[in-house]
Amino acid sequence: MTAFVGTTAAAPGGTAPPPPPPARRRRWLPYLLLLPGGLWLLLFFVVPSVQLAGTSLYDRSGSLELGYSQAFAFGNYGDAIIAYWPHLVRSALYAGIATIICAVLGYPLAYFIAQKSGRWRNLLLVCVIAPFFTTFLVRTLAWKSILSDNGPVTGFFRSLPFFPDDFRLLATPVAVVCGLVYNFLPFMVLPLYATLERLDGRLLEAAGDLYAKPATVFRRVTLPLSMPGVIAGTLLTFIPAAGDYINAELLGTPGEYMIGNVIDSAFLVRLDYPQAAALSFLLMATILVMVFSYIRAAGTDEVV
Amino acid sequence: MRFWRWVADHWVMVVGLLVLAYLFLPIVVVFLLSVNRPANRLSYDLSPSWTLEYWADPFGAAGLGAALRVSVGIALVATLVATVLGTLMAFALARHRFRGRATTNVLIFLPMATPEVVMGSSLLALFVTLRVPLGFWTVVVAHILFCLSFVVVTVKARLAGLDPRLQEAAMDLYANEWQTFRRVTLPLVLPGIAAAALLSLSLSFDDFIITNFNSGTTVTFPMYVWGAAQRGIPREVNVVGTAVFLLAFVLVVIVQLRSRRKARYV
Repeated sequence: MTAFVGTTAAAPGGTAPPPPPPARRRRWLPYLLLLPGGLWLLLFFVVPSVQLAGTSLYDRSGSLELGYSQAFAFGNYGDAIIAYWPHLVRSALYAGIATIICAVLGYPLAYFIAQKSGRWRNLLLVCVIAPFFTTFLVRTLAWKSILSDNGPVTGFFRSLPFFPDDFRLLATPVAVVCGLVYNFLPFMVLPLYATLERLDGRLLEAAGDLYAKPATVFRRVTLPLSMPGVIAGTLLTFIPAAGDYINAELLGTPGEYMIGNVIDSAFLVRLDYPQAAALSFLLMATILVMVFSYIRAAGTDEVV
Repeated sequence: MRFWRWVADHWVMVVGLLVLAYLFLPIVVVFLLSVNRPANRLSYDLSPSWTLEYWADPFGAAGLGAALRVSVGIALVATLVATVLGTLMAFALARHRFRGRATTNVLIFLPMATPEVVMGSSLLALFVTLRVPLGFWTVVVAHILFCLSFVVVTVKARLAGLDPRLQEAAMDLYANEWQTFRRVTLPLVLPGIAAAALLSLSLSFDDFIITNFNSGTTVTFPMYVWGAAQRGIPREVNVVGTAVFLLAFVLVVIVQLRSRRKARYV
């Protein structure tokens, strides 16, 4: 009780003080609360990850029926890189381009909803999440119709000068990136919205009063203040996009296949578990390296 | 100055609305496909022939109804378990300082940073090693796993935004810890828990990649769509897609409008 009274007096106006220190007899309570969920994560996330690391070092001459022997075959990684480096590069490239386009498209939308939409704000937010209400696969298949060779979009480009008559969109890298942008755009918009909504409009007015041009206000005030949202959005877009293979499968050809397609077929078609596991770890490593160097460059630890 | 601000404001609005239109374009196409008779089974193009026959009998396509039932079942079980486990974890993390708190936070963040192929394949390897038969329950286990982190993050955010002085007030009025939790904390956190449950429901219902690895012969709705896409997709799938969209959209808008009206009186 006394602890509570103490924090009340110390609470600065409006902002929430940190929770009070727990009483001694309740020390075990947080562990009890964490137990079921923690066990679940341990059993079905940590254990399989460790096992996957083990699998990636198995002797590849074994098979699922005969069993594998642990050979600490680090050569599996070399083999996987030599065989599939184009897919790894392609994954990073497509996901990177898609993330940049998402940021460019998502920023104005998030800014508009957060700062300019007034009483329509909630409805517009619902509209951003609304695409999730239709199944991911059904929406991606709809892109197949939109970009098809006989569709209006391709027809429009073909009617333009400088575009050849056999110009296509479907089954090209453009279609795959377009699908990735579409599928992960809300993951960019929502965190951007969350930071832009907290942005104090008076700061922008102050900058304007001090004769800053709108472009300068954006570059010097809005953008720096919204960096946490930009970083969170970038990561939330890039990570799933790099591992995605549905867009490449449905909108591309084997020439656009990403690392996810290779992992999927290694696990489910070729049944080459050691190589599939090695590729999974390479994908994780690629993502983690990019994420951490990005976080370092952006200079924040607030993501985790 | 005023003129330029006007231009700048409306430039942002125009671009924002165009991006929204981009987000809605495929949904419009899904609807158009649902009222269009395809020229042949494998065609994804719109033909000039319009019809309501697919809306009259959306479950006419073989296997569609069964797949939907499986998906709803999995989503309900996974959501229930993930919401309960995740809420407990969120309370522990938001309300207590204890040894291992930072590690727990990382453990919860990692599944969200793991690509679905990696998570799905590592679980498959585990089930194969343990000789667990793949099916309904392995999918449920996998769905609980990836929903869990999202529940924790959502509920934790709601808890962090609560004013601790409300609970202090309750305690000052001689409510004990349990009464404070039941009468003050829980009602205040409930919207966060509801949001987390809705998020789990849609994540689970929509998941394809992880399900594909762990489902064996069980067919969920996304699995059904995937299978159908290889041999010409029945247009009834678009009816279901449009119907689920409309249902969810109307539901969310009603909830929004009601909460706005409530806010006006408070």
